[in-house]
Amino acid sequence: MSETKNSFEAGVGSNALKTPERVVFITSKTSAQVKERADRQLMSYPQLILREVIAFEVLTIVLVIVALAWDAPLEQLANPLLTPNPAKAPWYFLGLQELLHYFPPLVAGIVIPTLVVVALVVIPYFNVNIKGEPLWAAYRSRRFLIFIVSVGLLLVFLGLYRAWTVLVPTVAIAGLTIVSFFQLKRPYRLISFLQTRPLSWWVMTWFIAVSLTLTVVGTFFRGPGWSWVWPWR
Amino acid sequence: MNTMTFEEILNRLRATRAWRSIFRRGPARTNRTRSLAIFGNVFLHLLPVKVREQSLRVRATYYLGTISFFMFVVLTLTGILLMFYYHPAVPQAYLDMKDLRFVVSNGVFLRNLHRVAAHVMVIAVFWHMFHVFYRGGYRPPHEFNWAVGVMLLLLTLLLSYTGYLLPWDQLAFWAITVGTNILSAAPFFGSQLRYLLLGGNLVGENALLRFYVLHCVILPLVAALLIGVHFWRIRKDGGLTLREDYERDKK
Ligand code: HEM
Repeated sequence: MSETKNSFEAGVGSNALKTPERVVFITSKTSAQVKERADRQLMSYPQLILREVIAFEVLTIVLVIVALAWDAPLEQLANPLLTPNPAKAPWYFLGLQELLHYFPPLVAGIVIPTLVVVALVVIPYFNVNIKGEPLWAAYRSRRFLIFIVSVGLLLVFLGLYRAWTVLVPTVAIAGLTIVSFFQLKRPYRLISFLQTRPLSWWVMTWFIAVSLTLTVVGTFFRGPGWSWVWPWR
Repeated sequence: MNTMTFEEILNRLRATRAWRSIFRRGPARTNRTRSLAIFGNVFLHLLPVKVREQSLRVRATYYLGTISFFMFVVLTLTGILLMFYYHPAVPQAYLDMKDLRFVVSNGVFLRNLHRVAAHVMVIAVFWHMFHVFYRGGYRPPHEFNWAVGVMLLLLTLLLSYTGYLLPWDQLAFWAITVGTNILSAAPFFGSQLRYLLLGGNLVGENALLRFYVLHCVILPLVAALLIGVHFWRIRKDGGLTLREDYERDKK
């Protein structure tokens, strides 16, 4: 190959930082595989198909057992004149209904869900986390300041609206983020794991924590007039 | 004695002209015929012919995408059976629910199965999305498949939500009333949007019919199409992302 005129080298890169634009040559006898990997490849048939069949059978058994043990609810015939209190949406929308309790419908019902969907779609297009750099790896003090100020503002905002069920998980996750800022001499396993987490990880974990809290509260802890109730009473 | 083993019977069968015309390959004993088993089949050819050993491990995916897909299959099958007993009319829809409970053999079981699978599917799809995020599965070249996934998430929620109205009991009616009221808060044409969805200003017979058509025809077709694209893209994007790749690429 020393005789080639142009000094053009083909390479395979898996590190998007070092080789952001991949040039791939596909010769007539190879398939368009994106990355070369060292580990073993198995034939999909039968290895993958077999596992899927087993998974399907296990799932079917579990479904049948649950369907025998539990009955789908059926209440009285729908009556537009008889409003139940509280009237609840299906469980996966109860997080939103909980938000509606604090914020005006335009914000809780339209703006926030739209933003969430848009945010989800654009995650890969904004190169979120390509680097995967730990949040506190560089510019420590500046980032810490920005973090404290923005979380502080968010908490004041939530406090003004008395949105406690959003505020509590936010405080919990922010607390963990702050804990992971300090470099302990002998940190626990969990803390040393948290110290390697990038910003996107923290944002997603916060989102999941808030959604989960709102959904659980909306499902089990809300009674007449959306007041707080204990499910075991 | 001239009894045939199972193997021999199978081989006889495989040699028949009908079998060969359908499968167009011999027994899957060589890698060539194993490959043919995948890409010679119109459905299986969405899958890659080879997969990385590590991506088959349970902890690589927890099979959450697979579970979502299976739930979709179970819901389609039980849903078709339920359609035989259901009329999208007021109050017949509710009476059909009663019939399923008291008249139709195994009607309760059928309805329970459909309901349980629906809950499991919503949970599995959410969990699948979070798991893909945490293993960095959205990164290039998987961006578009992630976007397809977000559409699948919305479709899953819409499928579940439109189905919620169909029993036409108090639970169904008020859940849809509460939910669609939020729509009217949308700026500019919120109440028109609600009118379009419900076919009126209130949740009534027209809303039931619209939700029925959405639930049984439009949404499942779109979802099936996108699931096909989703699987095919996994193959085209070069297989799954493993958490190990992600942690290594970071360095
Ligand atoms: C009906 C819903 C869905 C079905 C049936 C489905 C099915 C699957 C399956 C079977 C896989 C293979 C690996 C695995 O099991 O994890 C997969 C991978 C993937 N899914 Fe889904 N999925 C659905 C929804 C979603 C959602 C909501 C998202 C994200 C927003 C998503 C994004 C992805 C991505 C990016 C991959 C590739 C992951 C990688 O490269 O490691 N999917 N999906």
